[in-house]
Order: sequence, then structure tokens, then C-alpha cells
Amino acid sequence: MNSLLRLLFAPGFFASSPVHVALAVGGIAALVSGVVGTFTVLRGQSYSGHALADLSVTGGSASFLASISPLWGFAGTGVIAAGIMEMIGIRRPRGRDLATGIVRGAGLGVAALFLYWDTTSTSTTGATVTILFGSMFTVGSSAIPLVLAFGLPALAIIAILYRPLLLSSVSADVAAARGVRVRLTGLACLVAIALAVSLAAVTVGAILSTALLVGPAAIALRLTSTPGRATVTAAVIAVASTWIGVVLAYDSFTWPPSHDGWPVSFFIVALIFLGFLAAQLTGRVRRVGG
Amino acid sequence: MFAPFMVNAWVTASIVAVIAGVVGFFVVLRGAAFVADAVPQGAFAGAAGASLLGINTLLGLGLFALAGSLGIGWLSRRARRDVATAVILVMMLGLGALFLSFTVEYSSEIFALLFGEVLGVSTTEILPIAILGAVCVLVVLLLFRPLLMTSLAPESSAAAGISNGRMELVFLVIVALATSLTLPVVGALLIFSLMIGPPAAARSLTARPLAAVGLSVVLAVLTVWVAIAASFETNWPVGFFVGVGGAVCYAAGRLLAWLRTSRS
Repeated sequence: MNSLLRLLFAPGFFASSPVHVALAVGGIAALVSGVVGTFTVLRGQSYSGHALADLSVTGGSASFLASISPLWGFAGTGVIAAGIMEMIGIRRPRGRDLATGIVRGAGLGVAALFLYWDTTSTSTTGATVTILFGSMFTVGSSAIPLVLAFGLPALAIIAILYRPLLLSSVSADVAAARGVRVRLTGLACLVAIALAVSLAAVTVGAILSTALLVGPAAIALRLTSTPGRATVTAAVIAVASTWIGVVLAYDSFTWPPSHDGWPVSFFIVALIFLGFLAAQLTGRVRRVGG
Repeated sequence: MFAPFMVNAWVTASIVAVIAGVVGFFVVLRGAAFVADAVPQGAFAGAAGASLLGINTLLGLGLFALAGSLGIGWLSRRARRDVATAVILVMMLGLGALFLSFTVEYSSEIFALLFGEVLGVSTTEILPIAILGAVCVLVVLLLFRPLLMTSLAPESSAAAGISNGRMELVFLVIVALATSLTLPVVGALLIFSLMIGPPAAARSLTARPLAAVGLSVVLAVLTVWVAIAASFETNWPVGFFVGVGGAVCYAAGRLLAWLRTSRS
């Protein structure tokens, strides 16, 4: 039993403080992403989520320039971009995708400029890679309160707007007839997505935060059909894959080729991807059988 | 600005803009923004993998772009399309992160792949880009009618004997090809601005398909030229100007269309 434990958790895992921080920050981020992600997938806003994730690169690179915590930059641009998308957003999904894409493109252009300044004016050469792909083991324990401060509002938005969000996801017309302010609800949802994505950006990096947002929710919605149960399932899957990812990344410090550790984000994304494939395939078998 | 070492940049960027303008028209028409966004980003992982193995970057890009496109096509038959796209995209990006952690690549090269580098194109690289680009544009023009029909009226095109599924597959392969050609120049994160800004503007200016394609090509080429010139003058990354240029095209198109409808 002991040797099995040692095989799973490389020596020093439970004593290492970067690991504690990674587990805490990653856990919170994954929980928020799973919950918010369920609504992202239900409302067909995966693309908005992805665009907000990309846009947080802009904020991340700006905060490197200003040398403040990247989380401020991630969340700040995310919320602003959510507002712009909602403002120029068109009702038809096709137009919405276009508007989303345009905002994303412009934002990334600005990000290119900021990152260029980051690498030329300051000497933070690793800024590009850190912002884009994250580095969970370098997050300081001082980040935990900040992570909570951004995560709780996102969860609060979903909790308060649970019914109107669900209703307007199913049918905007019915929701409007029942007195739901559809646009305001939509904006609040986008803000929640932006917050969730910026938390995930700290954990797995800006361009991979879509994985935590969409993946677990898509798996959960495949496994159960009621929204409430799906939300809980998604949160559990997100947290589980993040924690297993951290364990594997810690173990991988002894793996080839570089003995330098494989990236945490790779493990998390790979676990989610395999989960998604498994859910798709079993779902199909069940449908054929029933 | 027109020094000999800049000639390659101008030529390549113009080729790239023509491809993006033509292919982008169908991206906008089919509402495939997310796919056109995901394939280049995913293909970036292929470039990282290729540099890890020391093989031609274009090959790595092409393989990953194709695998990504086909993966999206395959999965979206089973799951919702946006979800399928997102999942495939993040898996490829995850692989990219893994490859990057293995290489000791300079971060400036990663930056170039993500945000574009026009000046790095050598004369021997232009020929394959030109040939593959011509193939790409030719395929789109040959299949113009069926692509148009399946984009606008899937039901009636099925009745006319055109397979929607097959056309979707062809379209995805074209996007993959266009992606791998344009990525090294404009960068993985910003190709999409070029593929969507000019065509969207063209679409809001004219309703005739062929005129829209032509206009979209013109706008794309103009955007790229302005971007290179501005990048040369300021020394800022090309990607910045392409990204902002795409958005300006779109905004101008929307504004003109709005002016026209409000006047009549």
C-alpha cells in the first residue's frame, strides 16, 4: 500500500508548498470554471468563452508591463471585452460569432504589441510563454485571496441568476415574456465567464483556459440531463482533472526527455480530452442500446 | 521600405492576403468563425512539434491543421459543433504546450509563430507558398457554386444532389491548407482577423457573391500592405496592425451599410 502511494505521489509531494498553492488555486479556478462552464455550453457560448480567454492575453501582457498581478489584467480586460461583445453583439448566433471574432482579433493585435514591449523594454523574456501557457507552480500563496475575490462574484452571479439564465438559454422569447431582462442577464453571464476564464488563465494559461470552461461542462451535460446535477458534475470533473494533473506534473519531474517536468496544463487538458471522448463514446453506445 | 530584403515580405504577404480573402468569404458565409479561429491556433502546436523534431515547419503545420479540421468534422457529428471545436482546439494547444516545454527554442521564435513575422521569409519559401496558395484558390473557385449553395441553402442543395457533409469536409480541408500557408506570416493568433474582417466588410457592402469575394480580396491585400508599411516604420509587430486593421475593416463595412440603409 505504501509503495503504491509512493508510486502515485512522488516523494515530497505533500510537503511541497508550491504544490499546496497549486492545489488550492487550481481547485478554486476549476470549481468556478466548471459551474460557469455549464451555462456557457448550455447557452452555446463556447466561442465567446474561448475569445474571452484569448483576450485575457491582452490584459495579462498589459499587467506584465505595469508589473501588477496578471490576474488583475486577465479579469479587467475580460470584463471590458464582455461589455463590448454584448454591445455590438447581434442576436443571430452567426452574427454573434462574427462580432466575437472581430473583438478577439483586435484585442489580440493589441496583445501582440504589449508582449513586444514586454520583451523589448523589460527583460521578462518568458512573459509570452507564461501568459499563454501558464505556470501553476510559480503562483505565490499571496494569490489565493485574489483568486477567491474573483471567483466568488462569478459563482454569485450564477447562483442569483440561475433561473433566468436557464430560461433565457432555452428560449430568449419565453424568458422575455416572463419579464426576464434578457440582455442584462446575457451580459452578467458573459462577465461571469470572463471571471472564470481569468481564474483558469492563471492555472492553465490564457489560451488553454477554454479547456476548463468547456470540457468538464460538456462531459457533465452528456452524463446527466438536469442542469443542477450537470453543474455539480462539471465542477467535480474540473476539480478532479486539475488535481490529478498537478499530481502527474509533479511526478513528471523524473520523466524523460528533460527531467524538468511536463507542463501541468498539458496533463489537465489531456485528462479532460480523454474524459470527453469517453463520454461521447459511451453515450453513443447507450443510445444505440436504448 | 522597398529594399531588396523587403521584396519577399511584400510578395508573400500579398499571396497570403489573397488566400485569406477568398477562403475567408466562405468562413463568414458559413458562420464558421470558431473553426477558422481554432484550426490556426491548433496548427501552432504542429509547428512547435516540427521544430522539436527538426523537420520542415510547413509540414508540421499542415499535418496538425488537417488533423484538427478532420477531428472537428468527425466530433461535431457526435457533439455540438462549438463544443467539439473547443475540445479539439484545447487538446492541440495542450500538445503545443508540451512540445514547447521540451524545446529550448528562443521565445522570440515562439512569439513569431504566434504573432507573425513577415521579414523572415526567404526566396526559396515563396514558391511552395505560391503553388499551394494557387491550388487553394483554384479549388475554391472550381467548387464556388456548390460551396455557395451548401452555405446558403443546405436543404435545397441536398435536393440538387450536392452532399452537404462532403462539402463541409472539403471546406475544412481548404481552411486547413489556407491556415498552414498563412500562419508563418501573420501568426497563429491573428490569421483569423485577416480571414474574417475583410470578408465581413465585403459582405455588408455588396450582396453579389463574386463581387464580395473580389472586394474581400482587395480589402485583405490593402490591410496587409498597410500593416507591413506601418510595421516597417514603427518596428512594432505586424500582428498588431493586422488585428486592428481587420476590426477597422469590419467597423467601416458596418458603418457604410448602416448609412445606406438609413438613407433609403
